[in-house]
Amino acid sequence: MHKLLPLIQNETLKIWKKRRFYVIIAILLALIPIFTYAELKVAQNNADKFTDWRSQVLQRMTDIENTLSSDRIPEEWKRSRRVLLGQLQYYLDHDVDPSAPNAVTFTRGFLSNSVTLFIPLLILALGSDLISGERTSGTIKLLLTRPVRRWKVLLSKLCALVLYVSLTVVVTALLCYGISGLVFGYEGWGLPIFTGFRMTRDTIDSSQAHAVPQWQYMLMMAGLVWYSALVVAVLALMVSVLIRSTAASMLTMMATVIAGTILSNMSSSWTSAKYLFAVNLNLTGYLDGSPPPIDGMSLSFSLVVLAIWGIVGLIVAFGVFTKQDILN
Amino acid sequence: MMEAVLTVHRLHKKIKGRTIIEEVSFDVREGEIFGFLGPNGSGKTTTIRMLVGLVKPTSGEVRISGHDVAKHPEQALRHVGCIVENPEVYTYLTGWDNLAFSARMLDDVAEERIREVARIVQLDDRIQHKVKTYSLGMRQRLGIAQALLGRPKLLILDEPTNGLDPKGIKELREFVRRLAAGGLSVLISSHLLSEIQLLCDRVAIISEGRVIAEGSVEELVEKAGSYVLWQLDRPDVGRELLEASGQVKFVTEVEHRLDEAVLASLPGAIVTSMPKELVAPMIDLLVQQNVGVRAALPIAPTLEELFLGMTEGERHA
Repeated sequence: MHKLLPLIQNETLKIWKKRRFYVIIAILLALIPIFTYAELKVAQNNADKFTDWRSQVLQRMTDIENTLSSDRIPEEWKRSRRVLLGQLQYYLDHDVDPSAPNAVTFTRGFLSNSVTLFIPLLILALGSDLISGERTSGTIKLLLTRPVRRWKVLLSKLCALVLYVSLTVVVTALLCYGISGLVFGYEGWGLPIFTGFRMTRDTIDSSQAHAVPQWQYMLMMAGLVWYSALVVAVLALMVSVLIRSTAASMLTMMATVIAGTILSNMSSSWTSAKYLFAVNLNLTGYLDGSPPPIDGMSLSFSLVVLAIWGIVGLIVAFGVFTKQDILN
Repeated sequence: MMEAVLTVHRLHKKIKGRTIIEEVSFDVREGEIFGFLGPNGSGKTTTIRMLVGLVKPTSGEVRISGHDVAKHPEQALRHVGCIVENPEVYTYLTGWDNLAFSARMLDDVAEERIREVARIVQLDDRIQHKVKTYSLGMRQRLGIAQALLGRPKLLILDEPTNGLDPKGIKELREFVRRLAAGGLSVLISSHLLSEIQLLCDRVAIISEGRVIAEGSVEELVEKAGSYVLWQLDRPDVGRELLEASGQVKFVTEVEHRLDEAVLASLPGAIVTSMPKELVAPMIDLLVQQNVGVRAALPIAPTLEELFLGMTEGERHA
């Protein structure tokens, strides 16, 4: 499209030169070793308690085989048991201690724990001042007095933001893998991981459960983390169009995200809260079978709710930005 | 008649039910320096923001080189370079990066042109430094370089002398003259009337959202009376002699709007309003009557007087 590419180049350059992304990397570089150390301590504890992991796994397998031979167990139950059995067999065959940490498992854990709060906060650091920052410094006048339509200016900012959101997710995963691998080793891509649970508030339906290799699981998870980060980014962009002060727009978004995590931790009987975007950010929870915060939520439900929030955010952002008067 | 680069036609702006700008119309012609004059809060900046598409007019239109700014911003704004209020540049980028940034928002600006404008504003030796380290004057020049990048037909400078020291103001003035000599039209807004008077060919005066006068600076100056200041050895006798001529009018301190600095340099001066051709014969007469003439100083009116006269007239009306 006419002139869009150089505009995106401009916006990307600005975010880079503002050194926000350096800060994000610095934060990751400081935090990941801390978590790696914590994980190491947990692993050492386990190793002290259970000396021979093989006999433990064999014990579990015998238990499962016993239940499989029983007639009183319904067929759906048996299916998921067989999947689990396969997983345990894999550990034995490949000589992997399932409770021993590795870099891939660590990365998976880090990503899935950071999707609701940590990654959104990083994204807010990038996205909250995209427009409000230009208004505070007055450079918005520089942008909007050029022979470029306003929607193109905003679109270029959005593209740059999407780029940095993607980069943040990728860099987070790479740093996790790189740093924790120094301690735990870089193995673990082929480990089978259980997924495919269907959850309601009270029960977990594991009839569809199956094992996928950990690398595939990682990809799915990174995709979901990226998706929820993207929605946060779009909403941050909208808020930064609506609120002139950078501090205020960052605070607004932070409060919303944090309120979301608090709401999902309260086993809420307020079911309509499930339509709030911040409650739906924990997409990775659907993969590993943790119960949803509010009854009636599922992966597809959350994806749709987030998509609607994102689209409405974009409509508001573009609608306001292309019309508003720049008076100061 | 020279072609108009900028045409402002019956511009209105209402914000929250309050009319800020009413019926503002004026033209800026090719190669002229046009002054846009008004006190703070008169709607000057709002008008300028409407010229460059930052604020959308409630009604009326702004045409730049024939293109409507509201309807075809891409065509219209191509011909404009502007600095609205402060020279806004990205302080965390270098001067060069700022220029390259602006170049990417325009069509076909070659790297050579960036070097050229940096040279024009004499920033070429510091262009690779971060703008953070620039003085206000340098930022101003970088702003102008940015505005000139796309070879505009019209340069809009909103209060360009704000915050500049006298040397900087003088340099800016010379610079603007040089640009205009090269065929560029320049619109300069100011609340400093001396500034406009020194620089502009034509001027529009705005007050409370309306243009109350438009014309050449000379035309407008002629409308306002000029003064002659007399500093005499024997003021009493001198005063009588001047009065006897019948053509000299004395102006009291309340009536005239002279700069206090001028009066301070001529203590005890008598302020008169009289035909210019009478000054020489009056000096002869005073000397004949043994009244020493220390100074006889004709003072052209400033636009400030003009402005005050006009706004007062409006208030009485």
